[in-house]
Amino acid sequence: MRYISKRIIFFLITAWTALTMNFILPRLMPGNPAEVMIAKFQGRLNPQAIKALEIAFGINVHQSILIQYMDYLGRMITGRFGISVSFYPSTVSKVLSQAIPWTIGLFGTSTVIAFLLGTILGIRTSWRRNSPSSSVIVPLSLFLNSMPYFWFALIIDYVFAFKLGWFPLGGAYSSRGNVTGWISIGSILYHALLPGATIIITATGGWLLTMRNNMMSVLSDDFVTFARAKGLPDQVIEYKYAARNAILPSFTGFAMALGFVISGALLTEIVFSYPGVGYLLYQSVLNIDYPLMQAIFLFITIAVLTANFIVDMVYIFLDPRVRLGGGE
Amino acid sequence: MKYVLVFLKNKKAAFGLGILLFFVIIAIFAPYIAPYSPTYMGFVPLQPPTKQHLLGTTATGQDIFSRVVWGTRLSLFVGITTGLIATVLSVVIGLTAGYFGGLVDDILMTIANIFLVIPGLPLIIILAAYITIKGIWPIIFVISITGWAWGARVLRSQMLTLKNRDFVNASVVVGERPLHIIFADIFPNMLGLIVANFFGASIYAVLSEAGLEFLGLGNSNAISWGTILYWAQNNQAILFGLWPWMAVPGLFIALLGMSFALMNFAVDELTNPRLRK
Repeated sequence: MRYISKRIIFFLITAWTALTMNFILPRLMPGNPAEVMIAKFQGRLNPQAIKALEIAFGINVHQSILIQYMDYLGRMITGRFGISVSFYPSTVSKVLSQAIPWTIGLFGTSTVIAFLLGTILGIRTSWRRNSPSSSVIVPLSLFLNSMPYFWFALIIDYVFAFKLGWFPLGGAYSSRGNVTGWISIGSILYHALLPGATIIITATGGWLLTMRNNMMSVLSDDFVTFARAKGLPDQVIEYKYAARNAILPSFTGFAMALGFVISGALLTEIVFSYPGVGYLLYQSVLNIDYPLMQAIFLFITIAVLTANFIVDMVYIFLDPRVRLGGGE
Repeated sequence: MKYVLVFLKNKKAAFGLGILLFFVIIAIFAPYIAPYSPTYMGFVPLQPPTKQHLLGTTATGQDIFSRVVWGTRLSLFVGITTGLIATVLSVVIGLTAGYFGGLVDDILMTIANIFLVIPGLPLIIILAAYITIKGIWPIIFVISITGWAWGARVLRSQMLTLKNRDFVNASVVVGERPLHIIFADIFPNMLGLIVANFFGASIYAVLSEAGLEFLGLGNSNAISWGTILYWAQNNQAILFGLWPWMAVPGLFIALLGMSFALMNFAVDELTNPRLRK
């Protein structure tokens, strides 16, 4: 129980920090950057919208910072993120909610595949440490893991979409005519294949290396030696003894890794002009659309926090030590 | 010196160091290696690779090979400087938290965990978008501030295992001040870990810088591998079939990242005997 309440408190503190950063950052910067934005959109937005923006970023408001802050928190919690200046007159929530399904669909699926694939390969390569396939896979994943993801996405896009023409260059669905039903699902999958493959290929390496390191640590433990001495079949030692223990740190490292993978996925979306959250963030930065930018940052942080929280809860079932209130 | 030799005997370390030295040499001798000035704009624009222009020319008629060579300086500088700053932050925060424990530890580690969970690149993008002064130092600042947390956590747990050793207790009994104990007695025993941490932070720095500049959030007039990629993307190099413009700077970033990764991996292997065999 202590574990669960600790995780909930951490979730709340982190969410609050992200919210507060969004409030403080534009106010901290020398020369309120929001003024530049408002000046740029002057004439294109109606006076009411400008007033709302000024309130949101603390310009020409004669309220104490504390009242502004409380007001801001209230708006964020109730999901009133304001009006997007680059997609005027759409609200930020509306623009964002159109992008979210694409990112969750593409990114969620490919992250799960990459995690499973990397973990299984990590187990295999640590078990057959000196096999030819291990000596290729390990340096390869080291390389894949230390390369700029967006660059890999560009190369993949160039080779398979531009040169060979097997896949579309970008986008999420065919814009030709009115495709409906099964054909549109096919078209969506077809468009998701290249960006999905990019995320899977680049993210698998990280999971593989983590799992391999954990496995190697566990494999030199006494209980594994003992299992060998008892003459248990390799298959049993590899999966039931070693892998089960080795996977635990992979789960606790999930938080950091997820943030890293998300960063890669954002850039991948930008390269493929995939209409998800990452591409939207890019557009909002280009158009200095601060309200949209803030909402996206908040959404990504909360999404990562929630994923993390779920993993923490799953962990209770995986590790009896946590369940019984032992280890941290 | 002994440790350096042990380090170099590791194949991964030697290979990683080799790549790094290769780039350091390019950076130092850039004026001699590059055939043209990286800013000269008088060539026929958008040429594919030729004998005169090994990697072709940009849309404004600059020699790409010369730009890649000169760009090594800035990319290497940002990577290493940011790695160093982030490492110093990790060392100071991690050691302080681990040594003092209690409330100090709780506060510092909560901050570290928050920074770990908040996804780095979106935060960097937001920060960079707010900063209106475009230059190298804002980028270095933004990446350092988001890149220290993992190292701080690792160093803290190492501190916890070291601080109850006899030699530390001896110093406490003699009446040394905490600062002296942390930095003169314990710090040298963690050098291996700190070095590994520096390599890790540098990978993060190199990749984040490239990502930021690719998005045009850096100073796009500076010459670095990231900005070369930015201009290549903006001028649709790939649609013109000018793939070396894109491939080579990206490959260099990947190689530099990999050289840090290899050295990091090697230090891990050397300090953790379980990973050897």
